[in-house]
Amino acid sequence: MNKSVTIDREGLNQLISVLNGMGFQVVGPTVRDEAIVYEKLESIKDLPEGFTDEQDGGVYRLKKRKDKSLFGYAVGPHSWKKFLHPPERRLWQADGEGGDFEIKPEKLDATKFAFIGVRSCEMHAIAIQDKVFINDKFVDPVYQVRRENAFFVAVNCGQAGGTCFCVSMNTGPKVEAGFDLALTEILDNDRHYFVVEVGSEQGEACMEQVTHKLAQNEEVTLAEKVVKETAGQMGRTLDTTHIKELLYENLEHPRWDDIAERCLSCANCTMVCPTCFCSTVEDVTDITGTHAERWQKWDSCFTMDFTYLHGGEVRASTKSRYRQWLTHKLASWQDQFGSSGCVGCGRCITWCPPAIDFTEEIPKIRDSETQTLKTS
Amino acid sequence: MAGKMEPLMQSPMTPWPYRIQKVIRESHDTFSLNVVPKNSPDSMTFNPGQFNMLYAFGVGEVPISISGPQPGGKGMIHTIRDVGIVTGALHKLKKDQTIGLRGPFGSAWPIEESKGYDIVIMAGGIGLAPLRPALYALLDQRDKFGEIVLLYGVRKPEDLLFTKEFETWRGKYGVQVKMTVDTADREWRGNVGVVNTLVQRANFDPMNTVAMICGPEVMMRFAVSELKRREVPEDQIFITMERNMKCAVGFCGHCQFGPAFICKDGPIFRYDKVKQFFGIREI
Ligand SMILES: Cc1cc2nc3c(=O)[nH]c(=O)nc-3n(C[C@H](O)[C@H](O)[C@H](O)COP(=O)(O)OP(=O)(O)OC[C@H]3O[C@@H](n4cnc5c(N)ncnc54)[C@H](O)[C@@H]3O)c2cc1C
Ligand code: SF4
Ligand code: SF4
Ligand code: FES
Repeated sequence: MNKSVTIDREGLNQLISVLNGMGFQVVGPTVRDEAIVYEKLESIKDLPEGFTDEQDGGVYRLKKRKDKSLFGYAVGPHSWKKFLHPPERRLWQADGEGGDFEIKPEKLDATKFAFIGVRSCEMHAIAIQDKVFINDKFVDPVYQVRRENAFFVAVNCGQAGGTCFCVSMNTGPKVEAGFDLALTEILDNDRHYFVVEVGSEQGEACMEQVTHKLAQNEEVTLAEKVVKETAGQMGRTLDTTHIKELLYENLEHPRWDDIAERCLSCANCTMVCPTCFCSTVEDVTDITGTHAERWQKWDSCFTMDFTYLHGGEVRASTKSRYRQWLTHKLASWQDQFGSSGCVGCGRCITWCPPAIDFTEEIPKIRDSETQTLKTS
Repeated sequence: MAGKMEPLMQSPMTPWPYRIQKVIRESHDTFSLNVVPKNSPDSMTFNPGQFNMLYAFGVGEVPISISGPQPGGKGMIHTIRDVGIVTGALHKLKKDQTIGLRGPFGSAWPIEESKGYDIVIMAGGIGLAPLRPALYALLDQRDKFGEIVLLYGVRKPEDLLFTKEFETWRGKYGVQVKMTVDTADREWRGNVGVVNTLVQRANFDPMNTVAMICGPEVMMRFAVSELKRREVPEDQIFITMERNMKCAVGFCGHCQFGPAFICKDGPIFRYDKVKQFFGIREI
């Protein structure tokens, strides 16, 4: 089925129940602690109706809209990686005594998630993490099973956020691939409805249980117009021409010192980033010493111990940590996985307390004539 | 998008139990563990230069290179310097006790590719451990290689490893073995100074030489510049990199060195491929 259909608000509500009935845990945007986060949804009542967000470097504020739109905001501090690549999980347990022990592999938690309201940049971010956890030399079975079980209800953005630059990164705002259903929200005078594009057989099977109509040409045209307008509202831009070479050739650029004076090494940027995947492990034992567990937790290249080697840390300075983070995102990621590690979602700009914004920093490096001073 | 599921293998993050077959004291702070699988279907094949993640029960897991055995020998040998929490816990283990093991991981020394060349092996301290299987492989087909040179530096004479084997390497296989120490004691009759000073005294044909180096980063930096001074081509020099490692399978991100993941792309690198990043401070 490649024809679009339309559903109204009640149709969207039905969709959530249908997905629930199919055994999915339905998660999506909801308001909590003055931010839009991704949590479990029971019905459309849980969606951030009539909210929008004001975003800028170091600034995130929720505001009321004049309408009752359900997706009238950009991305918040959460991303879907918290479901596919959990922030904390036990890898295995071991029991033993007297120099002998047995390892018990962890049972696979194959929760089936249905994600409601996945934006185009986020679809790209998931495709990027796929390369790390499924499509490289080794496979993470938890990520793999959750990823393959997941149902994607994408949303074409109707409004760009103040720190968005997906157009520069070629990752949005229109959802192109990987979705089961893709919605465009339309508020046209008194009518509030969604134009739905069906992207998979499972998506089609789902829609059969939801009250819908075939989309009229005007409705499809209106949906296209919405996305086009969003593309014209990007809060930020980034010139990515030869960005890998630019960064590799400027590893000793004085701008890194300048950034280091502002950066708190707080790791916010890496926690909110939908593509950052780093983790660490922790070993815990019970008091008798006969039971041990190994846990995996999200980690960040900004933390103290990240590069610890016996005798000290490789990247002790904030300058070297920020440089590592940004060159990884924009340069070495290309060598490692064949694409940029940044999808232009703007989270790292919005959630940086001192408002460091690499869409401003990169031009500073680009515009200067300073050449690399290698210390080797 | 929901799709069909392939059958799942054991997570690459879960270790297999191995039995310690033999513990060998190598020096005052260094020991070797020879281990065999307890019940895993793993075959024991590895390539010289690869490493395993060794887990000490309840304590933690660290990357350790495979240092043997000789071709045809049994098990996998790991030569470990006791420097901290996990290596200290491994040091306390005895024959027949259990360790967890994941591996082998990482790249290998270019043995096949070096046929017909002279070989210069340079090791600093514990760096000789991952080079020993390379030596075994070279000596196994001794006639396929030209000169074989081993240049080995340690801090003090008591740190020297595998010295018992040096006589066989010299006598039976004609390896030029040269050693040096940073600080000598009263009995030491050999060279004093850093390992790169030995390069000048070794006999090899630079243009036709493959060099394999493992040691602290500073040592490797000097070794490379000395070899380059002797006109060994950059694409015939192989170095090893060391970084913190939490997974060894490309998931944790800790081991990154420029564009490389040391666990997957390394730890052995052809020098010309990484020289852009090698030696940059805090990279
Ligand atoms: C590819 C590779 C091969 C290695 N091969 C050998 C070998 O054959 N023999 C040997 O003695 N040592 C080897 N090492 C170094 C060895 O891994 C460290 O000495 C060991 O991790 C120190 O752990 P610790 O807990 O005893 O020390 P601590 O100082 O207590 O360290 C705490 C933790 O920091 C991390 N860490 C500290 N130092 C290192 C390090 N140098 N490399 C990686 N992680 C580190 C580990 O997670 C460690 O558990 C190798 C390292 C790498 C990366
Ligand atoms: S680097 Fe920043 S803008 Fe790019 S994907 Fe990560 S959080 Fe979004
Ligand atoms: S760039 Fe900003 S968010 Fe990232 S570590 Fe530095 S201060 Fe924190
Ligand atoms: S050790 Fe985890 S990515 Fe290399």
